[in-house]
Amino acid sequence: MTNLIQALNSARVRGWLYQGIFLAGALAVAGYLVSNTLTNLANRGVATGFGFLEREAGFEIGESLMNYAASDTYLRALVVGLLNTLSVSAAAVVLATVLGVAVGVARLSSNWMVGRFAAVFVETVRNVPLLLQLVVWYTIMNRLPSPREALEVVPHVFLSNRGMKFPVLVDHPGHGWTFLALLAGIAAAVAIVRYARRHREATGKPFPTLPAAVAAVVLPPVAVFVATGAPLAFDVPALAGFNFEGGGSITPEFTALLIGLSVYTAGFIAEIVRSGILAVPHGQTEAGLALGLSPVQILRLVILPQALRVIVPPLTSQYLNLTKNSSLAVAIGYPDLVSVTNTSANQTGQVVEAVAMMMAVYLVISLCIAGFMNWYNRRVALVTR
Amino acid sequence: MSKEVPTNTTAWAASYEEEPSQASVPPQPNGVTALKPLGWAPVNWAKANLFDTPLNTGLTVLCLAILWFSVPPMVNWLLLNAVWSGSSEACREAAGACWSIIAVKHRLIFFGTYPYEEQWRPFLACGLFVAMLGVSGVRAFWRPALAVAWALVLVGMGVLMWGGVLGLTYVANDRWGGLPITLMLSVFAIALAFPLSILLALGRQSSLPAIRTFCIGFIELMRGVPLVSVLFMASVMFPLFLPEGVTVDKLLRALAGLTLFTAAYLAEAVRGGLQAIPKGQYEAADALGLSYWQKTRLIVLPQALRIVIPPIVNQFISCFKDTSLVTIVGLYDLLTAATVATTDPEWRPYFAEVYVFAGMIFWLFCFSMSRYSQWLERLANRYTRR
Repeated sequence: MTNLIQALNSARVRGWLYQGIFLAGALAVAGYLVSNTLTNLANRGVATGFGFLEREAGFEIGESLMNYAASDTYLRALVVGLLNTLSVSAAAVVLATVLGVAVGVARLSSNWMVGRFAAVFVETVRNVPLLLQLVVWYTIMNRLPSPREALEVVPHVFLSNRGMKFPVLVDHPGHGWTFLALLAGIAAAVAIVRYARRHREATGKPFPTLPAAVAAVVLPPVAVFVATGAPLAFDVPALAGFNFEGGGSITPEFTALLIGLSVYTAGFIAEIVRSGILAVPHGQTEAGLALGLSPVQILRLVILPQALRVIVPPLTSQYLNLTKNSSLAVAIGYPDLVSVTNTSANQTGQVVEAVAMMMAVYLVISLCIAGFMNWYNRRVALVTR
Repeated sequence: MSKEVPTNTTAWAASYEEEPSQASVPPQPNGVTALKPLGWAPVNWAKANLFDTPLNTGLTVLCLAILWFSVPPMVNWLLLNAVWSGSSEACREAAGACWSIIAVKHRLIFFGTYPYEEQWRPFLACGLFVAMLGVSGVRAFWRPALAVAWALVLVGMGVLMWGGVLGLTYVANDRWGGLPITLMLSVFAIALAFPLSILLALGRQSSLPAIRTFCIGFIELMRGVPLVSVLFMASVMFPLFLPEGVTVDKLLRALAGLTLFTAAYLAEAVRGGLQAIPKGQYEAADALGLSYWQKTRLIVLPQALRIVIPPIVNQFISCFKDTSLVTIVGLYDLLTAATVATTDPEWRPYFAEVYVFAGMIFWLFCFSMSRYSQWLERLANRYTRR
């Protein structure tokens, strides 16, 4: 008896006891929910398991990066939805970063008026729900004039209620080689930058890094382009009947989602960039000046490395938010992962599997982005003891 | 100059001091000459802040051009050429905004499908609610009585919205809509998520692996998936979880989803507060022989929660905005009501007015709350800054 009381007084034994009780409770609740679900599904005559993925989907998807027809399987439909989510998120991340950094820097501008402009943008965009903004963009897209009266924003780029039409390069094998040359050039530029840094650290002599890197990126593609004799011809969209023919196009749904996501997230990124730059003490700038660095050098070598340390972690969560927010596509009819999953779940009744898959896919995307940004953060983070 | 042969430094100093004495401006102690600015103050301000460098001059001119081309048409559309009341025919002839759609549809936008003659009830409920939010923002009222007042207000709101007592007719909650839904969902979600988030944050810091793993798993799962999927789960999977014959209505299901989602984010804010407390505080509590719950209740939480008040307000703002997502699972919130108002064939062209109006409502709430949160942050820093 005393042994038992003594044992119960030990923190370790009680810890195990609490955990045992907790686990038993959690398992009991989970078991209860699962048994309820199974009974309910059986009553509704819904099959369980992932067999439905092999069946024919039977619904059309408005836009797709790969070949898809209604006769394809559910699995293929879901992959189409996933690709749509990824493509719009990737495009929006780039656009939001560019816009957000520009607005964040503008907000710190010594020009009072530019600062006010940026502040008004940020406060408006951040304080109105994204869904409302998306609906507005989508309504605007839908109420644009018909193709016959399409707006020609830039020559040969048309905006109408069918989306955006723009010229594309006529296909030629030379373009592929040019692209490869561009990739090779970028790789060469990275190598040059690394060599330049090592060279500078070893010898103390400056190296014309920027011109060399730019030359490495620009020259090979141009040379290949000229060498292969690829034509610089464009497939220009032209009005034929009630719609355009030729050229590339973006649907109104994609455009609305892209603009809405980028603008909304840019408001948040702007604030992150601003606070990151403000977090670098002014003494750092002064120290840079005292060392005789030029303003550009101060920005590149003193301020940015320190500001990035503050900026990267919250920026990561903004990228994650953007990707998750792309699920609002379902409200404006863009066939993203959520929208396709929803249709599949409604058709098959296999809600549990569909929602579980959707959540798993988003978790994996989130983990990938977080993993990449953590790796980047470790690179820019201050190395301490 | 003195007639003695000075050392180099004094000579230099003397000549230096002599020079400015010839000018009209007296020298400053540190040797910097303070020039009194000439001219009109606003012009000087503009020179310093708008036209100080060629780049800034260019940017200012660009901004002015944008203003010149955007503000007059906007003012014309919003105010001068706008139609404030009357039929949709009057709007078709006018060049400006058609605010009469708001005049006609505002009851629909604010209260959705709530019975028309009874709409004073949601109006009163919203008024009570907003007044209560305002009162809660004042520090002098931060005392236990406030919680009691909130409970009373919530009961009062329930009575007003549902009715069925005191001679009020009963209104089922599937007829509720508009602003009351948005306000109630966001406040209830935060209020319910708050205690849950404290438990989750404590659990995440716990030394018991099973509990810690569970809390980390839950928090990361909720933070890793979009709210839309959580709402879908709540609306289609909760009914499956429950035993046969038990149903939960749509509003409560959405509230449950929103609460779980908010709790995960709030838990991370609370964890930030927990981690901000110096380790010595935990150790001092242990040294006093306090039990885990005594330590948590008396030492840790009072300090941690004070730190996390601003992040909680920020979370409330995003929860308020996120509430608009319930439209996707078929609830009738402010945004749904606004969208429905634009689908009336007679008023179909005037969607912009409705969205501007709805946007302004959201903006007013969110902007005032974000300003409030900034004020709170300054307040908190006032005592910690030395």
